[in-house]
Amino acid sequence: MIDLTAKKKLNLDDFDLSSGDEMKGRSLWVDARIRYAKNKMASICLFVLILICIFSIFGNFFAAFSIEEIDWAVLGMTYEKGYPSLETGHYFGTDEMGRDLYARVVQGSRISLAVGFIGAIISTFVGTIYGAISGYIGGRVDGLMMRIVDILIAIPFMFVLILFLVVFGRSILMIFVGIALFSWLGMARVARGQTMTLKNKEFIEAARATGVSQFTIVIRHIVPNLLGIVIVYGSLMIPGFIMAESFISFLGLGVQEPNTSWGALISEGAGTMTYGTIWQLAFPLFFFTVTMFCFYFIGDGLRDAFDPKDR
Amino acid sequence: MLNLIVRRVAIAIPTLLIILVISFLLMHAAPGGPFTSEKPLPPQVLANIEAKYGLDQPIYKQMINYTVGILTEFDFGPSFKYKDRTVNEIIAQGFPVTMTYGVWSFIVAVFFGIPLGLIAALRQNTKTDYFAVSFSITASVLPNFVMAPLLILVFTLWLGLLPGGGWNDGSWQNLVLPVIALSTSYTAELTRLTRASLLEVLRSNYIRTARAKGLPERTVILRHALKPAMLPVITYLGPMFVGLITGSFIIDSIFSTGGMGYFFVNSALNRDYSVMLGITLLAGGLVVLFNLIVDLAYGWLDPQIRY
Repeated sequence: MIDLTAKKKLNLDDFDLSSGDEMKGRSLWVDARIRYAKNKMASICLFVLILICIFSIFGNFFAAFSIEEIDWAVLGMTYEKGYPSLETGHYFGTDEMGRDLYARVVQGSRISLAVGFIGAIISTFVGTIYGAISGYIGGRVDGLMMRIVDILIAIPFMFVLILFLVVFGRSILMIFVGIALFSWLGMARVARGQTMTLKNKEFIEAARATGVSQFTIVIRHIVPNLLGIVIVYGSLMIPGFIMAESFISFLGLGVQEPNTSWGALISEGAGTMTYGTIWQLAFPLFFFTVTMFCFYFIGDGLRDAFDPKDR
Repeated sequence: MLNLIVRRVAIAIPTLLIILVISFLLMHAAPGGPFTSEKPLPPQVLANIEAKYGLDQPIYKQMINYTVGILTEFDFGPSFKYKDRTVNEIIAQGFPVTMTYGVWSFIVAVFFGIPLGLIAALRQNTKTDYFAVSFSITASVLPNFVMAPLLILVFTLWLGLLPGGGWNDGSWQNLVLPVIALSTSYTAELTRLTRASLLEVLRSNYIRTARAKGLPERTVILRHALKPAMLPVITYLGPMFVGLITGSFIIDSIFSTGGMGYFFVNSALNRDYSVMLGITLLAGGLVVLFNLIVDLAYGWLDPQIRY
């Protein structure tokens, strides 16, 4: 009982209106951040992911070798001399050609993460705008725009992407373009669905009544309200992009030497594991799996943080 | 129902056409013709070869000829790299292999993934559930190109139990590792989907009604909960099929099983455009067909859907 009254008094003090203070409102973002922080697994994963990003950005300052430098002392004797060791400067060992694996993993992480993030940014941008316009205008335009999405989404994109890479030359830029071409489709559907529920709300009506142009309504009023769901969906797409790039690089159709990516490194490691040089598989595999794991839980945490169902 | 089929086919035809046009145009936009080699051919010979493959005709004519060839005789044309082979022969060799482990992986994923998800949902927050959830999380971060080398490492190199490659006319020893590598992530996804879907259905009002009127739990689940819970799972089977086909790239390149993926990747590396085009179109057709089947199943499972 005593506790209760004490609490009540405290609350009354908080609401002291005479001083003219207003209680600070909590925006969706603050709300989401608080809920995200409560999810321990998601918070840890975010921390680990940030560490991996830092590793990929600054890791090369600690590398004793560059990505293409061949250590002639090791070449041909990878199993005997190329193992991971602090003394030789090859922290992660060397690959089959005597190149420093640490430097290559840093480089690979850079490319793989870049593909994930840039892919997500492009597809989120295009998909949201496309979906918002389609959903807002509605009617025949919407029907046509969504049929286009239906048709494109049914194309087995990995085949076309490989075709694309073969025709226009294998480069990381082509992978970006190819992934961007197909990845916005799902986002467009999500954004359209959400726009349909938004467009009859009062604040949109108010905007229309005051004579705001259609385009401005979409950009200023619809899109900001889509951001929650778009961020959740976008974060869930990142691992897909990283996997797609790794898949293609694994097949040898992606990044070009001397550049590399997780997929290419895993492929090299898998090719040489019969010689006992297991570290060539282990290090890239470790980074790849841990990152995938982190994205999985971060996406999960974001969904819980933004999902209005749980409120 | 007929209406639905007509509508779906109406979407399928432009899809296939777009795949055809995109692939065809890409193929022809490529720098260097299919017969450019390190030792340049005399122009006369080149002209003869191009005439033989019909490459001297305008591009729209080539495309029409190609389409007509596929539609009337199921003929995908000759391979540009292997002079004595047609794309049909290559497909005939690779397709059965891909299908064999593709179908097995499909069966494995469905028969392990769905029941595991159901059990996990029915025993939510028990040890079984935690096992299912942690399995599905772990497996979903291990795509086939990670699983395959790991499996070879453990079962071939360390334990020496199973062959790490080869096809051997599809004997079971050669099938086990490819099927596990290909099906694991799909099993995980099916488990996750089934569990989430059944949990949501079990919380709905009509299930409460069914329980309230005193139906035994068994009947509630089998008669009322199972069918609607399967809807999202069925939807996933279409994309899953796409994944199984493209997954064969990895399987073929690691396990040297010699399926379609092997020929596709090989032709991509060799710029053998006609083989790439043929396999892309075949895969596109299969995907469209499978999506149609999934849609039909959907209409049958969910009477609320009227097209």
